[in-house]
Amino acid sequence: MLFASTIALAETPVKDGANDGGQIDTKTEVEEYILHHIQDSHDFHLFSYTNDAGERKHIGFPLPVIIWTSNGLTTFMSSEFHHDDSGQVIVEKNGLKFTKIHSKIYELDAGASTVAFDEDHHATNAHKVLDFSITKSVVGVLLIGLLMFVWFSRLAKQYKKKAIPTGFGRVLEPLVLYVRDEIARPNIGEKHYRRFTGYLMTVFFFIWILNLLGLTPFGFNVTGQLAVTACLAIFTLIIYTASGNKDYWMHILWMPGVPILIRPVLALIELAGALIIKPFSLLVRLFANISAGHIVVMSLIAIMFTLKKSLGVVGATSLSLVLSFFITLIEVLVAFLQAYIFTMLSALFIGMAVAEHDHDHDHDDHGHEIPDAEDVRADFI
Amino acid sequence: MYNLIGAGLIVIGAGIGLGQIGGKAMEGIARQPEATGKIQTAMIIIAALLEGLAFGALFLGK
Repeated sequence: MLFASTIALAETPVKDGANDGGQIDTKTEVEEYILHHIQDSHDFHLFSYTNDAGERKHIGFPLPVIIWTSNGLTTFMSSEFHHDDSGQVIVEKNGLKFTKIHSKIYELDAGASTVAFDEDHHATNAHKVLDFSITKSVVGVLLIGLLMFVWFSRLAKQYKKKAIPTGFGRVLEPLVLYVRDEIARPNIGEKHYRRFTGYLMTVFFFIWILNLLGLTPFGFNVTGQLAVTACLAIFTLIIYTASGNKDYWMHILWMPGVPILIRPVLALIELAGALIIKPFSLLVRLFANISAGHIVVMSLIAIMFTLKKSLGVVGATSLSLVLSFFITLIEVLVAFLQAYIFTMLSALFIGMAVAEHDHDHDHDDHGHEIPDAEDVRADFI
Repeated sequence: MYNLIGAGLIVIGAGIGLGQIGGKAMEGIARQPEATGKIQTAMIIIAALLEGLAFGALFLGK
């Protein structure tokens, strides 16, 4: 409800903006607004409105811009762009000119004072810079990192004094036990699960809390950024690749128990699966689920503007309120489910890499292993 | 236009797949209620794999 009402506040000026300059195509405006929300941004923008004097007012706060340019490190606040996102405002810093186009910061070439665009709306006399800015997503990541550090270090300290935690620790304890006993232990195995539980717990809470943060009215979309999910997937890739044992690599590179001619083909498929497909599916699933969720919620909220003519104000608003309310409830479930699935699949991949074949194989005359029922089952899974 | 048709085809395929997964899991749980936990875990994993495939296709077709 809070989310719906805040977005409604944020969305209203889109309609009212008609007096800024001629006719405005509401559908296009809504699409632009949603795309802008899905992207990362250099300032923290809560909402904007047009006041009685016809000026556009933006409510929010700027974030620091840290860029590596051809003159070295340059820093300034994003407020210097004055909420411009189309390359109109030029900022002069460190002897260079900068502008912001579609949430990306461009450095103008020497001698240029305005940005020239070609017919595809690409800047022709400006180039992108290495951007280390504290963007909205970075703020989200730092915030959640700090929160998790405080919560879990307090929880850990409490166990030194007493057996049962008090306060907020009571909420966290069952979740920690859930990740350990339902995700790490059955998938990795009794012998190795302790080494990886820390990582799995971090990933689980990181994704879950960030997903929930995305449902608040602050407009975070951190787990819907490809860069964030790609990083998480690469962490999992590094962990299961680095901890893979001899059996794991043998089953990838020289699969026992299949004809020798098929083994190189299988090795190619297995290598592609282990190094590309597994992390790719992890990163795309999280990114697409969260982005799609945000797009659906915001589109349903936008119904109150797009259907205002045909259903009337009350009809369109109540329809969009009911639909977006229930979809937001489903999104709360999805937030947990995606964190669970990411952690679960990470545990499964790690478990495959560290699984020990402690049973004896029968060998045929050539020394090849004859797969038994357990092998068949393990390969099938 | 064509990518919209493609998206529709992907959703039809994923819907059939998810229906199969859910339906068979229900049957399995009805036959062996004591295996509910294991069946649910396997169901979610396979649904997640299918979803990853469908989203990958939607993402590439965008």
